[in-house]
Amino acid sequence: MTAIDLSDRPNRWWRSRAVQRFMRHRLALLGMVMIVALTLACFLGPYLLPYDSLYIDLRARFAPPLTGQHYLGTDPLGRDIAARLLEAGQISLQVGFYAMILSTLIGTLIGVIAGYRGGLVSAVLMRIVDAFLAFPSIFLMLALAALLKPSPVMITVIIAITSWMEVARIVDAEVRSLREREFVLAGRMLGLSSTHIMFREVLPNVLGPIIVAATLTVARAILLEAYISFLGYGIQPPLPSWGNMLNGAQQYLDKAPWLAIIPGLTITIAVTSFNFIGDGLRDALDVRNDQN
Amino acid sequence: MQTSAAKDRTGAPDPALSVRNLTIDLPADMDRAHAIQDISFDLIPGQILCVIGESGSGKSITANAVMGLLSKALKVSGGSIRVGEIELTGARPSALRDMRGRVVSMIFQDPLSALNPLMTVGDQIAEVMRAHGVGDRASRRARTLDLLNEVGLPDPALMIHQYPFRLSGGQRQRVMIAMALALEPTILIADEPTTALDVTTQAQILDLIRDIQRRKGMSVLLITHDFGVVAEIADSVVVMEKGKLVEQGPADAVLKTPSHPYTKRLIAAVPRLTGSDRVPPQGFASAPVLKVEALNKTYRSGSALMGTLRAVPAVRDISFQLAPGRTLGVVGESGSGKSTLGRLVIKLLDSDSGRIMFAGQDIAPLGEGEFRRLRPKIQMVFQDPFASLNPRSTVGHSLTVAPIAHGMDPRSVRAEARALLEVVGLSASAYDRYPHEFSGGQRQRVGIARALMFKPKVLIADEAVSALDVSVQAQVLELLDRVQRETGVAMIFITHDLRVASQICDEIMVMQKGRMVESGPPSQIFLHPQSDYTRELVAAVPGGQAEMDGARP
Repeated sequence: MTAIDLSDRPNRWWRSRAVQRFMRHRLALLGMVMIVALTLACFLGPYLLPYDSLYIDLRARFAPPLTGQHYLGTDPLGRDIAARLLEAGQISLQVGFYAMILSTLIGTLIGVIAGYRGGLVSAVLMRIVDAFLAFPSIFLMLALAALLKPSPVMITVIIAITSWMEVARIVDAEVRSLREREFVLAGRMLGLSSTHIMFREVLPNVLGPIIVAATLTVARAILLEAYISFLGYGIQPPLPSWGNMLNGAQQYLDKAPWLAIIPGLTITIAVTSFNFIGDGLRDALDVRNDQN
Repeated sequence: MQTSAAKDRTGAPDPALSVRNLTIDLPADMDRAHAIQDISFDLIPGQILCVIGESGSGKSITANAVMGLLSKALKVSGGSIRVGEIELTGARPSALRDMRGRVVSMIFQDPLSALNPLMTVGDQIAEVMRAHGVGDRASRRARTLDLLNEVGLPDPALMIHQYPFRLSGGQRQRVMIAMALALEPTILIADEPTTALDVTTQAQILDLIRDIQRRKGMSVLLITHDFGVVAEIADSVVVMEKGKLVEQGPADAVLKTPSHPYTKRLIAAVPRLTGSDRVPPQGFASAPVLKVEALNKTYRSGSALMGTLRAVPAVRDISFQLAPGRTLGVVGESGSGKSTLGRLVIKLLDSDSGRIMFAGQDIAPLGEGEFRRLRPKIQMVFQDPFASLNPRSTVGHSLTVAPIAHGMDPRSVRAEARALLEVVGLSASAYDRYPHEFSGGQRQRVGIARALMFKPKVLIADEAVSALDVSVQAQVLELLDRVQRETGVAMIFITHDLRVASQICDEIMVMQKGRMVESGPPSQIFLHPQSDYTRELVAAVPGGQAEMDGARP
């Protein structure tokens, strides 16, 4: 029998259909650009600004934007808003990012085990998910934040444990349908251990939906951090975060509206950008979109 | 065009359907430019024309083009389709819609997905008439009852209130046919109407189509991949390969004296029902390597607490033994328990009772953990080559992951994998590729290579060639035979296709509703069947009887 010829066709990821579909999604591309710009600005910007975020310029309190070298104005203590905004961005983005990592890990672990094992294990794990979902998460978050010392790490953990359930449900449903596929049976037939099949064979096939869910989780985590910090239970001054900048601004809304507008707008941009990326990824990773 | 039209007028009657130089383009990034290219054929009134071809030949696209049901990505770029006097290419959608069902109607391969699960059978048939504004409520109901009667469904008055999920595959296909006949079309297009059905059901549905076609004087365009179906039913044949029409003519002529090399190859590859026994590979021990005794399995669903307990016996009291180098065929229709039996033996399912003697011990009661060390010795090739390989793993990974996990030396495992890829007829460069880069037949070869990595003693092939085209099927059967002759692996070959089983098996076990009906060598099963059921199965094989009669001394 003659060997079947397999002509060499190198696979380049940037030429793959998924990447092309993502590039066609204008808003997702815009979101990607915004997030990259925002991240670079937050982590590199502070070195380029003339003022430190803690420097108090008493002569220039409540300076409106574009006053001298205070490009975005100053706050009631005379601190440079641009410097504070970018430094707050570092914390808010990191809280969002690490909360996403943590919640995705927990959600994926629970989801894969529940979906693959099925039966009693699945019933118990998914009822735990239901219980977490049934609990008013804002209340839980505020209660935890009030009990524990609110540091950025603590806030990240709190956000993660209140937002992993969605990932768990998505992964559970996906794995449940993959479990019946023949390649999973083939894994058992070959004598691979369940752990191996779950995490090395099945999990890579669920990465698409997980990535989409993770992107949307970042957006929600940023929003949640802003929310609890605004209520005063989150990141504590003098450490800036987008949420507590809003908190400090609320009593000066009539006198110095830019104090609220600037961080508010930044949060909106970050959150919508992540949501656009999520939408774009969802479309890009869905093979059914290939037909149009 | 001029000349052919003139010839039609002088010679044969005007064709019911005439396709001339039809070309349909594929989207730009596909592997060929045209889905079908320059196709011309005529459907003579009152005849059955079979369009036959392997997957990707464009036969279904031809049918869809006639129905005006092409997907948006496909464009008719030339040629014409005429039904009587009406030109269909470029016709307005509303004109096509009016014609569909009334003049031309279609039945599909999978009657379960083609029927609306939320509508009763009666409503679905009546809907066809309502959509075309035919009759009133009462007359449509009367007609529906007539139709159900006509397609041979029992108790039409009860049947109109049934939902599709309550019907068997054959009954659903009958409902589809009733729907297609509702408006008395002149042309019926059937796209693989029996592919999803069991042999005995297949024979009934083919009979029904033939019968209705004769009674109504309809013309039928039947799309199929099975030369058995062609031999059974066709008046004339169109053979397609990769979007091109390679041969056409009367069915007898094409089947007996094919002229195009592709047709010859295709006909040669069709598995024939042989009544002669296989010469088993020599030089292997005769002591059985696997012995199954009184194996039982019952599927239970629902709960005793709620009073909804349902028990379906899937495998009942099955015993057999298997020697090295021998192949046991397990045949039966869907629901006969043959796949369950395979999964019990390889312990992907746990049996309720019975013994499975393998490697000197009863493996039936072993737990997953204890049995894992024996798994390498008993391997399986799965049915669906598209589902049985992990889409995210390279072929090399799929082949090597298990041996490495079982503690074999990674370097020699990788070398072995490359060598095996050559053995199964792929090149070693397949190692770094992903499953989606391969065709179905190539993937099945990977599946076989994977099962051979451990040098197993027993190989279970569960419908391993059912999803493949006939020419590929023949190659894979040949590969399995060669592997067996070289390694002496004992095989259990599970299939619904008696023709395939007759080719490769030393002994055949016929199963029905979980029980063994009969077992013996092919000569007994096919020439002197002992039980009525076996006789029925053998008789239902499409195109089988003609060949067998010829083969009999």
